[in-house]
Amino acid sequence: MNWRRAFLAALSAVPVILLLAWGLTRDPREIVSPLPGRPAPDFALTVFAPGEPPLARPLGDTLALARLRGSVVVLNFWASWCLACRDEHRDLSAAAMAYAGQPVQFVGVLYNDIESAGSDWIREMGGQVYPSVTDPGARTAIAFGLYGVPETFVIDQSGRVAYKHTGPIPEALIRRKVDSLLIANRGAAD
Amino acid sequence: MGGSVPVRRGARLSALACMAVVAGSALGQQPVPQPGAAAAGVEGGRVVGRATDTVLERRTTEIARGLRCPVCQGESIQDSPAELAVEMRGLVREQLAAGRSAEEINQYFVARYGEWILLSPKPVGFNLFAYIVPVVALIAGSLVVGLSVRRWTRGAPTSPGPSEDA
Repeated sequence: MNWRRAFLAALSAVPVILLLAWGLTRDPREIVSPLPGRPAPDFALTVFAPGEPPLARPLGDTLALARLRGSVVVLNFWASWCLACRDEHRDLSAAAMAYAGQPVQFVGVLYNDIESAGSDWIREMGGQVYPSVTDPGARTAIAFGLYGVPETFVIDQSGRVAYKHTGPIPEALIRRKVDSLLIANRGAAD
Repeated sequence: MGGSVPVRRGARLSALACMAVVAGSALGQQPVPQPGAAAAGVEGGRVVGRATDTVLERRTTEIARGLRCPVCQGESIQDSPAELAVEMRGLVREQLAAGRSAEEINQYFVARYGEWILLSPKPVGFNLFAYIVPVVALIAGSLVVGLSVRRWTRGAPTSPGPSEDA
């Protein structure tokens, strides 16, 4: 038996094994979105859940991104069947309330769900302070490259996607992202 | 991004190829008729409307086969029954009907989901590994097998010959 040759043959397999082992440590569902830094896809969607004063919008009103220039937009995709959406619900509502009176618009987008189920869910969760809209045919979800719920997009005052978050978003993170955009805008205006 | 991507994509490509062969033989390469399309065909003026509908469906299927379903595991939006995949197929059909080319439609999805959405990566830059490595490995493997066989057969007649005679 030629041990030296056997050793060399085994050694040549090491890079392949290492490559496959490294592949196992990666989450195949973790996808880098090309959207941050680019203009957000435009949308004009109908309000089905008005939210609460002072953030309420009339039922049936259209929320269009084009008309929200100058405001920071926090766009949250959710569904009544989504368990993780329950975890972030309180955080989103608290953050939205904290920015009441400032140029910040929170919008919930109901994804792959029926309006009545969405309204029932909001009631069950004890309300949602900001308005939610429907997305017929999931066209806006597809335009935003959605692959699950919840997903949250922070859009800056010029309509550019500043940040995308996958999974439940904590209040502190929302506030950090929104604050930095508000401060940057104030700095630019001065 | 890194080294494992082409490997994984390559594996998915071959899996998809197998699936396409199976699906192709089962369906006889006929596009699955859509109920909505049939209705539109009748509405849209008899035979001509039906013919353009069939073409539209075939082109939709072709493009949908190459796009990955975002909520599935390694499945195309053509093969998946998921709601999002159904809506994405609808969007492909809409864009085709609006006169967009396959390239433009693929680009629309790439701009939103990244190149990840394409089941076969474009053969440029780092992606070339996925195309070149299998060919190189096949050639290298054939060489090793060929050389080994030659060495074995060259040594063969001298040693087993006498034992067979005995």
